[in-house]
Amino acid sequence: MKVVVCVKQTPSTTAVFRVQNGSVRWDDPGGKPNVVNPWDEYAIEEAIRLQEKHGGDAIALTMGSEESKEALKTALAMGCTEAVLVADEAFEGSDTLGTAHVLAAAIRHQQDVQVAVFGKQAIDGDTGQTTIQVAVKLGWTPLTFVSEIKELDPDAGTITVERLLEGGKETVSSRLPVVISVVKEINEPRYPSFMGIRKANRAEIPTLTAADLDLDAGSAGKAASKVDWANVYELPPRDTSVEIIEGDTVEEKVKKLAERLLAEKVI
Amino acid sequence: MDFSLTDEQQQFRDLVHRFVASEVKPTAAEVDEEARFNWEAVGKMGPLGLLGLEVPEAYGGAEVDALSAAIAIEELGWGCGSTALAISAHNGLALGPVVRYGSDAQKEQWLPLLASGEGRLACLALTEPGAGSDLQGGVRTMAVKEGDSWIIDGNKMWMTNASISDVMIVLCRTDPAGGSGSLSQIIVPSDAEGISIGPAEKKMGLNGSPTHAVNFDEVRVPAENLLGREGKGLQQTLETLDHGRIGIGALAVGLAQAAYEEAVQYAQDREAFGQPIAQYQAIQWMIADAATEIQAARLMVYYAAWQKQNGRRFTKEAAMAKLFATEVSERVCRNAIQIHGGYGYSREFPVERIYRDTRLMTIGEGTSEIQRLVIARHILEL
Repeated sequence: MKVVVCVKQTPSTTAVFRVQNGSVRWDDPGGKPNVVNPWDEYAIEEAIRLQEKHGGDAIALTMGSEESKEALKTALAMGCTEAVLVADEAFEGSDTLGTAHVLAAAIRHQQDVQVAVFGKQAIDGDTGQTTIQVAVKLGWTPLTFVSEIKELDPDAGTITVERLLEGGKETVSSRLPVVISVVKEINEPRYPSFMGIRKANRAEIPTLTAADLDLDAGSAGKAASKVDWANVYELPPRDTSVEIIEGDTVEEKVKKLAERLLAEKVI
Repeated sequence: MDFSLTDEQQQFRDLVHRFVASEVKPTAAEVDEEARFNWEAVGKMGPLGLLGLEVPEAYGGAEVDALSAAIAIEELGWGCGSTALAISAHNGLALGPVVRYGSDAQKEQWLPLLASGEGRLACLALTEPGAGSDLQGGVRTMAVKEGDSWIIDGNKMWMTNASISDVMIVLCRTDPAGGSGSLSQIIVPSDAEGISIGPAEKKMGLNGSPTHAVNFDEVRVPAENLLGREGKGLQQTLETLDHGRIGIGALAVGLAQAAYEEAVQYAQDREAFGQPIAQYQAIQWMIADAATEIQAARLMVYYAAWQKQNGRRFTKEAAMAKLFATEVSERVCRNAIQIHGGYGYSREFPVERIYRDTRLMTIGEGTSEIQRLVIARHILEL
């Protein structure tokens, strides 16, 4: 079975952002400024588990610059069997729709993919839209917020998953191929291994361009996007103040606090 | 000259740091307080490669270079002295000699099991009630050949990992006549009949790393369990200790780094006389000295590892690195407590534990005095 896991290199969770001349820059004084999108680690783990169970390939795929290869190397070090970078100047400025168009073409390019796995969202854009958009572009069933793959039969071409919803869980079945997005309840991502890191560093990571994917200029990047970043600016600092609630007993303090919160319409 | 790590070494470091930060460091106080071994974390180390750092890939190991192995132990030390000591002893003292001197059959039997984490750990049995650094004259544990077996009798002391091991590398006297060719290393399964492991020793620190006295009473193992050559046990042991000293030096650097980070944080948070104590020169000097000495110690440890991985002699360099790094660590941890004031003496703050942990580093695997002896002998060609 062929599984593709789409990953994204994102700013680290502790990165410090600033806006300079209309563009966002970041650094992480305590570590690396960029990491694999944390949600994607669950997707990578699930793709590897599917490959371990059903055989075949677990292919990590990312759209981005040369630096995004770091995310692919992490996926390889964890156990993905292949990795593919999708990169072209024509892809610059893509919003989620533009990205989805390119990713769908790249997934199609792998041929015979039965499951494409995504993290539930990326921590930078935080939209969670790309999974659905890729599914629509491919014409595959989207199964979002999956917390368990209960059954997958590649020969019969069926999958049954549990989805985590706000008020509960639901179990749904679908024909393959599918695009799924996973939540953290689905697994515990493994750490890469020393052996995996060495393998990843030696691996050849091919790059697919717009030409390789038969994408013309109008169907990728800014031209294919619906979102325009008209103005990027720093958030104005928020005014805050501290008030210490005084009282002789805990009960009295709680009562005063509740009154204040009600007065401020917080509760 | 290039002081930067290779991409791969940096990636190893990032991986171990991340692993230690989430799986080892958070429970360091608890394993010390409860004197229990951190199997939860160690159980996850096999797949990473931490249980077979220098074991060839063919036997399921990570086969990293000596510098990466030192960095791994340093990072473990940064998280938890007890866990780091157990893993350092497992890799450096026990698996090391099997990798270097073991037969193919011995490697096949033990390395995949122990490097993968499917088994427990391994340990080295050297010290005896009457033999510490004077192994040549002091070892009384006897191994006598009887048919196709070795029969081992004797007592060992201060065995790190004994109760959590699957196998022991035991230094025995195989020639009663004595002399430098009278000792041999023998591989002994920890569950062999006749082995009794005493209760865990009550120690000042490193309470999450069990240390035991072990009695061998007519323990019979097959003759092919001889590790390396008969009569070469002393030389093999001394070489093993050279390797192990890089590990202890690295561990001490990790402990010092952890104490230093705590001290810097505390100095910035704690206020006295209206400003953070980091504003006072008395504190600044301690922090500056700590940073400087840690950097020097780290470079010495890395240099010894670099000598080793480039096939150069490193006995003196390993002794120097161990001597300097462990004594630096003691000073840094001592001053970290000083910066914390009364809180530093309390078990509520980690520097108290780290100070207790690092105290062993100037003793284990050769005291500072023995390191000076080794260094002087090399310089004076004695």
